[in-house]
Amino acid sequence: MTTKFTPDHEYIRVEGATGIVGITQFAQEALGDIVFVELPSVGKVFKKGDEAAVVESVKAASEIYAPVSGTVTEVNDTLTGEPGLVNQDPAAAGWMFKIAIADASELDGLLDDAGYAELTK
Amino acid sequence: MRYLPHSDHERAEMLGVIGAANIDALFSAVPARALKSFDLGLPAHSPEFLVEAHMRALAAKNHAGADGPFFVGAGAYRHHVPATVDHLIQRSEWLTAYTPYQPEISQGTLQMLFEFQTQAAKLTGMDVANASLYDGSTGTAEAVLMARRLTRRNKIVLSGGLHPHYRDVVRAYLKDDADLQILSASPEGQGDILDHIDETTAAIVVQTPDFYGHLRNIKTAADAAHAKGALLIVVITEVVSLGLLEAPGALGADIVVAEGQSIGNALNFGGPYLGLMATRKEFIRQMPGRLCGETVDADGQRGFVLTLSTREQHIRREKATSNICTNSGLCALAFSIHMGLLGEAGFTRLARLNHAQASKLADALAGVPGVEVLNKTFFNEMTISTAQPAVALVERLAQRGILAGVPVSRLEPTDPSVVNLIVLAATELTTDADIAALTTALAEELA
Amino acid sequence: MSMNNQGRPTGVGTSGFASTSGSALLPNEPLLFEIGDTEHSGVDLPHVTISTNRLGGFERKSPLDLAGLTEPEAMRHYVRLSRLNHSIDSGMYPLGSCTMKHNPRLNEKMARLPGFSDIHPLQPVSTVQGALELMNQLSHWLMTLTNTAAVALTPKAGAHGELLGMMAIKAAQDAAGQSHRKIVLVPESAHGTNPATAAFLGYSVKPIPAREDGTVDVQAVKDALSPEVAAIMLTNPNTCGLFEPQVIEIAQAIHDAGAFFYCDGANFNAIMGVVRPGDLGIDAMHINLHKTFSTPHGGGGPGAGPVVLSEALAPFAPVPFVRKGSNGLELVEHAEGEALGRITAFQGQMGMYVRALTYMLSHGGDGLAQAAQDAVLNANYIKARLAHAFSVPFGDYPTMHEALFDDSFLAGTGVTTLDFAKALIDEGFHPMTMYFPLVVHGAMLIEPTESESKQTLDRFCEVMEELAVDAKSGNVERFTAAPMKAPRRRLDETRAARSPILKWERSAETLKAAE
Repeated sequence: MTTKFTPDHEYIRVEGATGIVGITQFAQEALGDIVFVELPSVGKVFKKGDEAAVVESVKAASEIYAPVSGTVTEVNDTLTGEPGLVNQDPAAAGWMFKIAIADASELDGLLDDAGYAELTK
Repeated sequence: MRYLPHSDHERAEMLGVIGAANIDALFSAVPARALKSFDLGLPAHSPEFLVEAHMRALAAKNHAGADGPFFVGAGAYRHHVPATVDHLIQRSEWLTAYTPYQPEISQGTLQMLFEFQTQAAKLTGMDVANASLYDGSTGTAEAVLMARRLTRRNKIVLSGGLHPHYRDVVRAYLKDDADLQILSASPEGQGDILDHIDETTAAIVVQTPDFYGHLRNIKTAADAAHAKGALLIVVITEVVSLGLLEAPGALGADIVVAEGQSIGNALNFGGPYLGLMATRKEFIRQMPGRLCGETVDADGQRGFVLTLSTREQHIRREKATSNICTNSGLCALAFSIHMGLLGEAGFTRLARLNHAQASKLADALAGVPGVEVLNKTFFNEMTISTAQPAVALVERLAQRGILAGVPVSRLEPTDPSVVNLIVLAATELTTDADIAALTTALAEELA
Repeated sequence: MSMNNQGRPTGVGTSGFASTSGSALLPNEPLLFEIGDTEHSGVDLPHVTISTNRLGGFERKSPLDLAGLTEPEAMRHYVRLSRLNHSIDSGMYPLGSCTMKHNPRLNEKMARLPGFSDIHPLQPVSTVQGALELMNQLSHWLMTLTNTAAVALTPKAGAHGELLGMMAIKAAQDAAGQSHRKIVLVPESAHGTNPATAAFLGYSVKPIPAREDGTVDVQAVKDALSPEVAAIMLTNPNTCGLFEPQVIEIAQAIHDAGAFFYCDGANFNAIMGVVRPGDLGIDAMHINLHKTFSTPHGGGGPGAGPVVLSEALAPFAPVPFVRKGSNGLELVEHAEGEALGRITAFQGQMGMYVRALTYMLSHGGDGLAQAAQDAVLNANYIKARLAHAFSVPFGDYPTMHEALFDDSFLAGTGVTTLDFAKALIDEGFHPMTMYFPLVVHGAMLIEPTESESKQTLDRFCEVMEELAVDAKSGNVERFTAAPMKAPRRRLDETRAARSPILKWERSAETLKAAE
């Protein structure tokens, strides 16, 4: 199981052919209190870089881009009632959606732990 | 000049602090050929009494509602506004405050908006209402766009009973839109919309009481729309009707838009008015306009703030639900105070009084030879057909000091079938003597 | 993700100070629904019985449940609530871009003359000749002050005016077979309504970067131009309070490319009577009557946003408009040719027209120019007095009607722009506009308007200086805990947005007790 990062602060945790997508600890701190998460619908097909979700703080709305191409297989509905989970536990309970990865080679273009740490240093 | 505090001496002193030789030096970024390169030819400043005389002379050329019998409605209604309302809205703290962006020092406006939203939600029978839009007509256009976002469908069907101005505003907002279906005028109150709903329909727009005064069956419309997955937008131009008529929310409406002018606001020749918009809880995030919400302050005390503003233009910019920036704050305040004074008891009595006067008007008109009342149902407004073209007839009555209503052809100039129709309204201000004066004059003109 | 963390912070700050609300003169006021009930009423109306109604069976069955108050109770409720508001009449309101100037009461008095307030928009035009004359006079002033060919009075607010102006541009281009033009250029510093309006009409928005000095470079505009560009939406004076020095060249470049120049006139108050936008090459510009011509802001509207139009756009003005006819003035209510149609019911914000014309006549052409010059003088005075203690983003040249600072003077203090603004509340001033324009970090945009006396400006500057010194000296809590003397401390906006409570509802206990 590996986790990769985009320069736009999404993470994708790869579990077999599925990726679990959310935003990083760094991103949630920068955004402040998240008050709403707009999730994609299951079955939605994205190309890498498509706008997939929106997270809102009180004063800002930020788009979440699909880190890889693929089809949404599951979304974290808990966030609808508890958007604060993105702040409290972005890496686990605050995940946003799962995507069936269409082209695993796209993962190679993403950052690894060290690369992302370097970016946010 | 009485509004400008500086003396010339002070101006010179301030220029000295700035280090500018003269005032023009502060305009140095302006291209020289555009700076004070003209003589405006406008009059010079004027004392208060002369300005007042000028404005009074203009006002005197208008026939005010109180000058004689008055039956004009069609989307704006002449009601009594208690003196308390106008006194209160002129208090400095209401009149000269800005949008409540600093909640710690704007709790007055914010609490009032919260109360206003509650009143609007209760009146319409909906879950939530916003803090008001410009007016009913632009609110209708906003509701149509909101329905498209909610359903991700495009087709919009406008009932033939929708106020023609509202229809025209929707048309301008959706210019050249092939998916906008406008049904022809229905002065007889004929049901016209149910056959036009299909699987591509985002929303149907139904007004009740409609432009011609007929009451429309909202339940039937809601069921038909919902059966195809479409939304029902209910438009109300006479909000007093909600004192007697069932709330659209209780009948299945998805979005309710109302013109709120009737409560607390004068006719003002068309504006400023206020648009009420209310909807279901699950649709809030697609609703345009400001929203006020309850919260607590750092000491745990109840307070109010503008909230869910990520829907709005100042955050979402090109992705906002609407470009709307202002609401109609002072008009909403007037509405809320007047409604607070009325309360359920007063509001219900007001609605009954309106209906009672309108019933007298309808009966009296039906007795005038050459006049036919088209309505079987109405609240405080009705359409009559006369033996003569309505525009000239209404003009002649106006020359006799009676404002007899609105000729339908003024709003529908290309429809020959409405040439003889007049829409008339009665309110609590309509007296029995007014009605007698109208019917007598009408009978004479039509004889 | 787009990492949009623009805008102001929303935390509640640190607590630890006793609340000052609920004091003798600032009582906590319950909600209308907590003091009123469905039986009380402050309006005497006869109870009429209706023997046979004409309601067709659509009578109300669901409860209204609207609380009512008698007149003395209502008076007290709304007077008490009002005291929780800051207002121009009670203190300086230096909100940049909002133009909180004095609202003369003569305007209010005139708007309430029955000849203006008690006339119906659809009564015969022969009975409202004075109203049409007033609209004509207001139009004349607006066209003269801007040197333009036409004006559409009806827009209900500035954003509505923008919409109309851009609709007129679209209509003109459609009529000229130029429908392929799908791009609108918008400088990054623009107000949010500009991109929202362009997007609403189906345009894609192409941002134009600002120069180091906060203004738009004509070369950047030329670089962005293409045959697909429909228009530029440029605010002048811009949102940083600066006059665009290359505005004429920009207009020329836009016109050479066959596009239109929409000017956001939100800041026209800085140049009225001094510069005519028509001389700069604009094609359309909205004028916020509630800013420039002092119609009251009323806690958030109503506004009014008439749009002046160039010769090229005049044929596309919406209905209704006033014109001279054989029997006096006529109201043209139906679109002819390719005009836009109607963007609102009736004639627009007549009540605001009366107030604005009253204001114009009071000032006269000379007084309006003086007001603009005083507004610019006041802003430059604040900038000059505070430059040493604050940080000025765009260097040392004259500003127009606003003084703009960034937050670099607060670096390392632990005090943010928001904290600083909240501390200003405790000193009796309304905060300046914060975090706008977005192109400046931690922006503080101060607009004193022409209404403030030198004494008030001096007092304001002293307070600002003292706060800056205190922030730099490490007295952080004065800022992070502020405001402490307002009716409320900082409010929890996160809580409000996470679980919205948007109306009053009876608590479970109340419902149970009622059973």
